[in-house]
Amino acid sequence: MGAVKTIARRTFLIGSAAVAGGAAFGAYKISQPFDNPLEANLENGEFALGDYILIDESGVTIITPKGEMGQGVQTTWAAMVAEELDISWEDVKIDHGPASKAYYNEAVLEEGLPISSLENSGAAKFMRKNIVPIVAKAMTMVTTGGSSSTADGYVKMRAAGATAREALKLAAAKQLGVKASTLKTHGGHVIASDGTKLSYGSLAENSAKVKLPKNIKLKPRSEWRLLGTSLPRLDMKEKVTGTAMFAPDIRLPGMKFATVKTNPHLGGKMNGYDAFKAEKVKGVEKIVPMDNGVIVIANNTWTAFKAADLISFDWAKSDYPDQMEEHYAVVNAAFDKDFDSRQLDNGNVEQAFSDADEIIEGEYRVPYLAHACMEPVNATALLKDGRLDLWAGNQAATDQQTIAMSLTGLTAENVHIHTQYMGGGFGRKSEVDFSEYAVRAAKALEGTPVHVMWSREEDMTHDFYRPIAMGRFKASAKGGKPYAFDMKVACPSIMDSGAKRGGPSIPGSDMTNAMTIWDQPYGIPNYRTSAYRTDPLLPIGAWRSVGGTQNAFFQESMIDELAHHAGLDPLEMRLDLMNNDVCKKVLESVAEMSGWGRKLPEDHAMGCAFALAFGVPTAEVVEIKQTADGIKIINAWATVDVGIPLDPRNIEAQVFGGLNYGLAAAMMGEISVEDGKIVQTNFHDYDSLRMYQAPNVEVKILDNGEHIRGIGEPGTPPAAPALGNAIFALTGQRLRELPFNKFVAFA
Amino acid sequence: MKLTVNGDTHDIDVDEDMPLLWALRDELNITGPKYGCGIAMCGACTVHIDGLAVRSCSVRAGDVEGEVTTIEGLGSPDAMHAVQEAWNENQVAQCGYCQPGQIMAAASLLTLNPEPTDEIIDQAMSANLCRCGTYPRIRAAVKSAAAKLGGA
Repeated sequence: MGAVKTIARRTFLIGSAAVAGGAAFGAYKISQPFDNPLEANLENGEFALGDYILIDESGVTIITPKGEMGQGVQTTWAAMVAEELDISWEDVKIDHGPASKAYYNEAVLEEGLPISSLENSGAAKFMRKNIVPIVAKAMTMVTTGGSSSTADGYVKMRAAGATAREALKLAAAKQLGVKASTLKTHGGHVIASDGTKLSYGSLAENSAKVKLPKNIKLKPRSEWRLLGTSLPRLDMKEKVTGTAMFAPDIRLPGMKFATVKTNPHLGGKMNGYDAFKAEKVKGVEKIVPMDNGVIVIANNTWTAFKAADLISFDWAKSDYPDQMEEHYAVVNAAFDKDFDSRQLDNGNVEQAFSDADEIIEGEYRVPYLAHACMEPVNATALLKDGRLDLWAGNQAATDQQTIAMSLTGLTAENVHIHTQYMGGGFGRKSEVDFSEYAVRAAKALEGTPVHVMWSREEDMTHDFYRPIAMGRFKASAKGGKPYAFDMKVACPSIMDSGAKRGGPSIPGSDMTNAMTIWDQPYGIPNYRTSAYRTDPLLPIGAWRSVGGTQNAFFQESMIDELAHHAGLDPLEMRLDLMNNDVCKKVLESVAEMSGWGRKLPEDHAMGCAFALAFGVPTAEVVEIKQTADGIKIINAWATVDVGIPLDPRNIEAQVFGGLNYGLAAAMMGEISVEDGKIVQTNFHDYDSLRMYQAPNVEVKILDNGEHIRGIGEPGTPPAAPALGNAIFALTGQRLRELPFNKFVAFA
Repeated sequence: MKLTVNGDTHDIDVDEDMPLLWALRDELNITGPKYGCGIAMCGACTVHIDGLAVRSCSVRAGDVEGEVTTIEGLGSPDAMHAVQEAWNENQVAQCGYCQPGQIMAAASLLTLNPEPTDEIIDQAMSANLCRCGTYPRIRAAVKSAAAKLGGA
């Protein structure tokens, strides 16, 4: 740990230190290519055509080095390659591949730029084109997150396919004694003008001898046959037949099963423990003490869980406040400090308020949230003969490798990361704690593979939570139109929390705190946004859509308040304010789809919200109904613009999935602290959206945007404000705090 | 202790209190049923005993008398059960971790009620959590599975 990339794993630093960091690394070092990560592990008769394609007699395997957590990334990345390589979808084989810096993410840092995703000036283009790639390569963030994968892969994966295709043609040309330009490719074959067909597999060995061609041309969009269509997901059959391998499903000869029990005061040490009873449990193999708790290794998971519960501990306290309200007090106090960033300051809000007849203001707040992936965090490790193998579902393979190296003292060549499917990620699996415990267990039982499964209780109470946050606003209207809007948000910094668990402290603003508040397309004449930052409280991390989760709730509820204050229709007002056509069309689309403005039954109401997160304009409308048992969410509509939609059915799934994730949090999501410990432990007190509560959803995908965008997260931010605004429309009650079930009942 | 799972009878030496889930996963290496909560709140561990859905995390292995069917026994990639086919056609799964449990719950529902209404689908499937929020497609897949089974 300790490298810049560790802290920067999923934070967004370009606005400040990272640009300097890029310069410090220097263009010389940055321009050096990485070694091909596939070369070291080739099997007999297998060859690498570039970093992303393996070929042998049976054909090609596409390397898709992105963590598959349900977002369909491996399918879309494979499609990018297959499109250019001219192989049939039925013949596509994929592999996640090794942890390698060569697979660094070129796009994830873009969200950290201090320029709006809507900005297309020369300077903005220069930053995106020249600064982002240099910094990205310098930091070698091999990460799956930030809704960045589609943009990251869009050119390089198609180029990988096209390069391999051309290499295969060159090999065939040599074999047939013809010019490569006379050859065509189709369905995994090179085809000569006389009709001779050579399968890619038959060309495997010779293609690897060809110097990979440069300056290849990519197919125009009009010639695509796979991209732009809805493809069957490559993981679907496995996932519906129980044959998909998640990390807990790995079975190795002689394998042991373990669990961890660590200090419920997060970050606190273990003063002592008494494992007398646990050691006597039949099947317990070993109890491994650590600084912050123990690992219990047994011959099955249930025995490990049972024994772990029999251990008594003496825990040291952590350094954050003991009670929930004290946490909010810390955040509240941040408003009195200097702002951390003020990205927007149009007109003069102070002057505007002094001229205003009437000012409205309000304060919002949201709690901590757990990721609560269906698969509790876990990993399996085997340390044997100077080699470590680690099986983990993860969003950051080289970070897992780094922690394993530092714990074992082994070099990268001897630490092999096997990235498995994730049973949900949402940001949680970009951390490394689950790998750390598995490696510690493997060290304690060298030569024996150990699977460390966290209990749900351990997972829920030892998360890197979505931070608590507060929002304040002041607004006024003039002449029946929004005139001034001053928005402040405060929360602890994800960047600081990351630094606390390993990385260096990096100066500069934490742009995650300010996400989605300043680059919105609203042309309010006097408009100011400021983000305030507190010292770390609970350990926090990236949670699906990061700062967008809380900030969009604040902003879009506040905008709604302003609309009602000005006597305007909330959706029409947003449309009038919008100064960007792409965004406007998104909102118009959702208005049309939902029939916004139509006459509803008396016990129904609708709410709308818009957010620009990760460069994707997203508008959502929620329709609710008052029933005898409480409020029921009946319908939801969402429109997104991803620039170039690659797989519409998958995009749709991500949008309604993100929306449901946001609704769950808005309705009932809350992690709280009591006596320094997390109160909620399992799904009985941290429940989630269930089938009977899930609305019917309609999704529309537009393609007016200039840049291709990823869609794993943008569906989430507008969900909470759309629901809150619907509740206001139904009940007249403005809910400024989440979760809503503290104030209203849901049916 | 004898356990009949997917047609095979196994003799295993485990504590009778061990939940069926862990007997399946750790003793028999049948890993389709997943651990999600251990308290019957999420449904990821759902299997059938004599054709009816149970939460295997909360059933003592020693109490199992009937035949256990897991997702692996329902159908295989080359010979999928109608419910699995419906799930595949509707492209339901995202992360996929909860889906073995969802599918087993749906198969059990359709055995008991071959033509469930929306309300019954919502009620029966609400014991199974999906954090990816695949519910709209689960709803559609249950209906298309019902149609497939009805037509058979």
